[in-house]
Amino acid sequence: MALLEMRKVSKAFGGLSAVTDVSLRVAAGETVGLIGPNGAGKTTIFNLLTGVDPVDSGEILFDGRRLAGRRPAVINRLGIARTFQNIRLFNDLTALDNVRVAYHSRVGYSLLAAILRVGGYYREEKAMTEKAIRLLEIFHLADKREAIAHSLPYGEQRRLEIARALAGEPKLLLLDEPAAGMNPQETGELAALISWIREAFHLSVLLIEHDMSLVMSCCQRIYVLEYGRLIAGGDPKTIQNHPKVIEAYLGG
Amino acid sequence: MRQWLTKTNLLVGLGLAAFYGLIQILIQAGVLRAFHQVNLITACLGIIMAVSLNLITGFTGQFSLGHAGFMAVGAYFSAVLTVRGGVYSPFSIVAGGLLAAVFGLLVGLPALRLKGDYLAIATLGFGEMIRVLLLNAKYVGGAAGLFGIPRTVGWTGAFFAAAATVLVIRNLLWSSYGRACIAVREDEVAAELMGIDITKYKALAFAVGAFFAGLGGGVYAHYFYGLQPDNFGFMRSVDYLVMVVLGGLGSLTGSVLAAVALTFINVILQQYSAVRMILYAVLLIVIMIFRPRGLMGSRELRIGRGGARKAAGDGAAGDA
Amino acid sequence: MERFYVFLQQLINGVSLGGIYALIALGYTMVYGVIKLINFAHGDIYMMGAFAAYFAALWLGAGFFGALALAMGACLILGTLIERIAYRPLRNSTRIAVLITAIGMSFLLEYTMVFFLGARSRAFPELLPPVRIDFFDGRVFITGKELLIYGVTLFLMLALQLIVHKTKIGRAMRAVAFDREAAMLMGVNIDRTISVTFALGSALAGAAGVLVGIYYGAINPLMGMTPGLKAFVAAVLGGIGIIPGAALGGLLMGLIETFVIAYGQSTYRDAVAFALLILILLIKPTGILGTNAREKV
Repeated sequence: MALLEMRKVSKAFGGLSAVTDVSLRVAAGETVGLIGPNGAGKTTIFNLLTGVDPVDSGEILFDGRRLAGRRPAVINRLGIARTFQNIRLFNDLTALDNVRVAYHSRVGYSLLAAILRVGGYYREEKAMTEKAIRLLEIFHLADKREAIAHSLPYGEQRRLEIARALAGEPKLLLLDEPAAGMNPQETGELAALISWIREAFHLSVLLIEHDMSLVMSCCQRIYVLEYGRLIAGGDPKTIQNHPKVIEAYLGG
Repeated sequence: MRQWLTKTNLLVGLGLAAFYGLIQILIQAGVLRAFHQVNLITACLGIIMAVSLNLITGFTGQFSLGHAGFMAVGAYFSAVLTVRGGVYSPFSIVAGGLLAAVFGLLVGLPALRLKGDYLAIATLGFGEMIRVLLLNAKYVGGAAGLFGIPRTVGWTGAFFAAAATVLVIRNLLWSSYGRACIAVREDEVAAELMGIDITKYKALAFAVGAFFAGLGGGVYAHYFYGLQPDNFGFMRSVDYLVMVVLGGLGSLTGSVLAAVALTFINVILQQYSAVRMILYAVLLIVIMIFRPRGLMGSRELRIGRGGARKAAGDGAAGDA
Repeated sequence: MERFYVFLQQLINGVSLGGIYALIALGYTMVYGVIKLINFAHGDIYMMGAFAAYFAALWLGAGFFGALALAMGACLILGTLIERIAYRPLRNSTRIAVLITAIGMSFLLEYTMVFFLGARSRAFPELLPPVRIDFFDGRVFITGKELLIYGVTLFLMLALQLIVHKTKIGRAMRAVAFDREAAMLMGVNIDRTISVTFALGSALAGAAGVLVGIYYGAINPLMGMTPGLKAFVAAVLGGIGIIPGAALGGLLMGLIETFVIAYGQSTYRDAVAFALLILILLIKPTGILGTNAREKV
């Protein structure tokens, strides 16, 4: 069974169709690419999947559950986490706190325990902090844990955003142009990192990306979106040679 | 060993106890007279109000212009309980805080749908409505006011109320719950997508903030022994906002320092109320232009850590 | 029948008050439209307009139209200066920061006036001959003042509508309100457009100040606060950022308030506006004429 399945999903804004009859699926453990020209509706699909915008028609099934009508926070707790095209970190918080915020939905002590500093407060805070630091280590950010997020260089902000998304222990990770603004070397490292994350965290990845080298090296399957419709889907080889894709996207 | 029993906490605790004792001795010895006591207690009230408003506005990012309204709710309710119900005054003061917290939720819930400046006006409207309703309420004396409240709060009560306010709000903020509040301020969309129920944390901030504002109202009622609706107008909300802004939106120690400093500036300018307001106005404008997050921003003043340090959402490390 | 006369009389009074609110609300809505700022000091600009007219009449012996022109001119300059000094440096700050600055500006205007003139009310000079037109044997009447308020309000609203829809600067204002970045890319001078918006809005507030002086016959330095807030509520009621909405909201606000005073408790008059505000914000936050907008993620 697929982990994520979109069935004939459509969405319009003020009469303009952003996404039309899109059906796609992501299996457990799979990395799937979502490509297409700017304005094709890729980020809109992420917004629909995470509950930021409600779908107009069609349905989204995640892990056997319908997502319709659920709030973004609830969907996140079900196991979908994302990053943003324009990085949206908690700018005034430290790198460590950015990650710890994402652990909050599983906090192990009550508000009263926090106020009275009793119960599991110290133990849980310590455990949470250690977990967050281990996650930062994976992204080579451990020594920057006390740095304020907006003071980090661009590439580190991108990595911090992925670390924060992973803190929620998602089953599906949505990455919105993670390689934007990175140089080829950094992009190469990112590709290795994404593959490694998928293995280590046992999750699936849905990836929006313009950098074809990244998409081709990471993804088992790729969907191509144009004007809000899927025009092709398949493995990287098929997509590279698909006439419609060459015309709409690569050849454009 | 108890984990909160650290050197820093011990030092701060001893320092506060020594300060409290010193003032208490000076009062007993007759060195600090009624005039000094009024100002000490006004400073404590300023701390209670500014720190609780900072939780709502500075840390959670929900602009509130109705803090005096919550204070009025606590003041009147506790006064009525004490005077008409014969309730032991510490209980009625806490009950006043609880009712204010309920009002905080009532304001906070619609507020969840409102953004920044709309919320500011809605909270302003709430505060004014409370005032107008009290003006029309014969049961509590209407415009003439409610008098004859026994003076059961003095330096000791005000000091401990202020200390409790700061301690509870500090502990809340430097926990996972506090980080959730700050995340709401920083980016609501991102916070929600990280699994944080932003509705819950806005409501939490309003409820806790309003509770302490109501507590402050109770302290006010039981020290000044008389209440009039016009004591709790928009100007009072602005007084506390100025403290929060001056000290730093997101700095507890900043609020405490600003509350104390502004109380003393007010004493000096007591005879010149127009000058005081002009000074406030200029302060607000100049601070916003040059330091939009307030003088201390979100930095905290700390002991044993080499001065000021950024500490927003600093969890266990804050107690280390 | 008697009740009908009372109703009619309240209607006449309500429309004059509503016209004044509408003039103030227009300034709020225009400024909000272009820079998304609740210009808290707007109500105080209207107070300054009333005082400008007061001194024009007292020192220069100006008549109604002279005082009106002077007040509008003074407020136009004042509004532009406030924007330039206090708001422009904060163009890229958080909205809370700008709002706090606006509150500061409001207090600065109020208490500078209190400092120099004292907080007491002053009688506004009689700029108009007492004219009164009776209907139904005098059981319903309209005064010359009210007619003039209707006339001036209507004229200024039409003039504004013309400026916004038929001139180049009006087009720039609408463009900036719609999408500031796109407008900038299209070569619209943002700073100038915002200045002009403040200037126009402030001039309207100045006019409203003169009309209020005439209507109530007394002015004081703190007179701007409450009507300013009510006019803001009026702007929200009509749909903030929408010019016809401000006119509609102002009119409704004036009517509702007049009827609450006439048929209910006058002590509740100030609470009504805020209760109304909270209701609109809960039911339709975009106002009567507003449409929904969404945040870009």
